[in-house]
Amino acid sequence: MAGKPMLHYFNGRGRMESTRWLLAAAGVEFEEKFIETAEDLDKLRNDGSLMFQQVPMVEIDGLKLAQTRAILNYIASKYNLYGKDIKERALIDMYSEGVADLGEMVLLLSITPPGEKEAKIAQIKERTLNRYFPAFEKVLKSHGQDYLVGNKLSRADIHLVELLYYVEELDSSLIANFPLLKALKARVSSFPMVKKFLQPGSQRKPPLDEESLEKARKIFKLK
Amino acid sequence: MVTCRFFLQSGHILRVQGLVIGGFGKHGKFPHPGVMTAKPKLYYFRGRGRMESIRWLLAGAGVEFEEEFLEKKEQYEKLVNDGRLLFGQVPLVEMDGMELTQTRAILSYVAAKFNLYGKDLRDRVRIDMYVDGTLDLMMMVALLHFKNPEEKEETIDLIVKKAKTRYLPVFEKVLKDHGEDFLVGNKFSWADIQLLEAILTVEELSASVLSDFPLLKAFKTRISNIPTIKKFLQPGSQRKPVPDQHYVDTVRHILQF
Repeated sequence: MAGKPMLHYFNGRGRMESTRWLLAAAGVEFEEKFIETAEDLDKLRNDGSLMFQQVPMVEIDGLKLAQTRAILNYIASKYNLYGKDIKERALIDMYSEGVADLGEMVLLLSITPPGEKEAKIAQIKERTLNRYFPAFEKVLKSHGQDYLVGNKLSRADIHLVELLYYVEELDSSLIANFPLLKALKARVSSFPMVKKFLQPGSQRKPPLDEESLEKARKIFKLK
Repeated sequence: MVTCRFFLQSGHILRVQGLVIGGFGKHGKFPHPGVMTAKPKLYYFRGRGRMESIRWLLAGAGVEFEEEFLEKKEQYEKLVNDGRLLFGQVPLVEMDGMELTQTRAILSYVAAKFNLYGKDLRDRVRIDMYVDGTLDLMMMVALLHFKNPEEKEETIDLIVKKAKTRYLPVFEKVLKDHGEDFLVGNKFSWADIQLLEAILTVEELSASVLSDFPLLKAFKTRISNIPTIKKFLQPGSQRKPVPDQHYVDTVRHILQF
């Protein structure tokens, strides 16, 4: 029996947020079980539910999926957000990996010590302006279509738009000279499912505050 | 473009004017592209780094490939200025009319093209989970050689520990649970190639890493004996040696870090 996917993670963005975005944009309802303490995580580990003893873990179609990319690949395939053939998939993968690289820098910012934060932020801004935004703007310009690949919405567009929101949180001026990125953001944001996800009260998670960060440190035993 | 299928004796690869027409592996169950196509071309430093997993996969699939080694900064800058590197980074693989960058994108494409990605979505998600786990470990090893000597020892210990406690037990259990020769779907796949590469790489850091894993020892022997893999493991193949100081210096110089 196909129940709703169940997401196991702590109550924050982290490495689960891209999965939440993808499911939401695909119009798939999902449930979440939040890890609140180190004991909760240990329980999942002892149950044998976590392949490599790590979260994210997503229960879907009778499977317990681990590894963020494996999870995203599965969902994208299942809900037809992965292009029409392997060549389109290669492009989608290439773009998604680029988004993930910049996204990783943003993610790690939340656990960067205060003294190093300024330098990291500067590096993120530099990479955004000189490497990532120009690359995606160029892709959109090269074919003049509404979406990154195959003239059809794919996971690459959803991952990129998610990232655009994070960059905006960091510095809303960075996107100023990238008209096609702005247009993509507006276009994808206007889809009913995405619009709903962007509203307060949805399962979208806010930036990590001090309290949640402390909680996460305890759960994952971070320094 | 004409697509031809040739039935050849096992292990033979037919070459026509620089084009590769595939060959049949022994027993017919191993990769046999069988399609006329230009050789993939790999652009990277003359060393393992992030390109080695791609070399393994292509070799395991029985696909011949060419390589252009970046030895001078000017070569790298030319690739950047010619707009061939989407994010300004290598690995770059030119194949089937595409300029592909991002290691995982390249690996997934090669795996799918050469039927090493399982038979359906469920197989594929298993393969993805396994390779993602091993790729995490491989990335730790790739970065190892750029650490300073004190950090290096610590990192080696961490890698070996992670291999023995987090990754290898999972694969030992997978093999034990289904009792089959290959990790997924009773068929040779990308997951098997990636795991063999990981095993051999970690063994270079700690020769006894498989001592508690009998099924993985048998797996290692079995996969190493697959004709395409066996060939790749022999001296003179395109497999790259353990990174040395020259490699580290070259990369640092070209990428300026």
